[in-house]
Amino acid sequence: MKSWKYLLPALAFLVLAGFFYRGLFLDPRTVPSPLIGKPAPAFQLEELRRPSETFATADMLGKPAVLNVWATWCAGCRQEHPFLMQLARSGEVPLYGMNYRDERGAALDWLQRLGDPYEKVAYDPQGDGSLDWGVYGSPETFLLDPAGTVVYKHLGPLGPTVWEREFRPRIAAMQGSPQ
Amino acid sequence: MRQLLALLLAGLMAFGVGIGAAQADSILAMNPEDTFETPEQLQRYEKMINDLRCVVCQNQSVAESNVDLARDLRRITRDMILAGRTDAEIKQFMTDRYGDFVLYNPPLKPTTYLLWGAPVILLLLGAIVMVSVVGRRAGESGDDAEGMGENT
Repeated sequence: MKSWKYLLPALAFLVLAGFFYRGLFLDPRTVPSPLIGKPAPAFQLEELRRPSETFATADMLGKPAVLNVWATWCAGCRQEHPFLMQLARSGEVPLYGMNYRDERGAALDWLQRLGDPYEKVAYDPQGDGSLDWGVYGSPETFLLDPAGTVVYKHLGPLGPTVWEREFRPRIAAMQGSPQ
Repeated sequence: MRQLLALLLAGLMAFGVGIGAAQADSILAMNPEDTFETPEQLQRYEKMINDLRCVVCQNQSVAESNVDLARDLRRITRDMILAGRTDAEIKQFMTDRYGDFVLYNPPLKPTTYLLWGAPVILLLLGAIVMVSVVGRRAGESGDDAEGMGENT
């Protein structure tokens, strides 16, 4: 009798269980961004703090840059804010912001109370600029190389762990090979 | 007392009318049917927004969801249709921003071969198992028939 055949269902179960187990540790909210490796989408928006000025994608070129999409209604943004402040103080990389579907008054108040880590902040109340960046949940943080190519995108609050693991090595690689 | 009651009633009615108006308002905002020029455009619109996944609320389509992003994507879809863009162009616009994930009908390409091929593979596997089992039974049928005969 070919007794090994009776093991087949158990084997099939184990394979399926393996997939499910792996699935437990995947974040279904993370949608792979089609922007990675592509030029950063162009936007030209009002500067949040200086409405007479504009902030455009081109302003971020020349150095590695980080663009952080945030809003005052977003809990994760509040959570990551102290880290952004720390990052700005370290001067490791210029930090830019995009204020997403928010109100100017509330956003300015937030920056005044919690500190302002951004070199420039785009004011995007209608979500027109962020739409081109495929933003669908804030906070989202993009890493750009000096030529303005999107190198990495992080979804969710930024913190030291993610920074060490995903951002710092990529920034080091850019600085290792200047353009 | 009666006056108070009447006042209360009037207030309630006004409130009701207010709610009704607000609802009518949001329904108008949700269904931009009036803005299409031909029924064919409306049909394309409905099909498109039902084929697009809302990336924020992942188990709803853009048609079903009421989050800001879905509303914007509906507006963009409508505007693009009115501007005479093709369905392929609209889908391209969406995938440029959100990737294939935004499509409920993913395109056939190397990374999705397994996805599209899985039903055929499973069907073939089933067929192989079935043929082998039936074949074996057929081969044993002589013995089986005798055994059964003895039992009954």
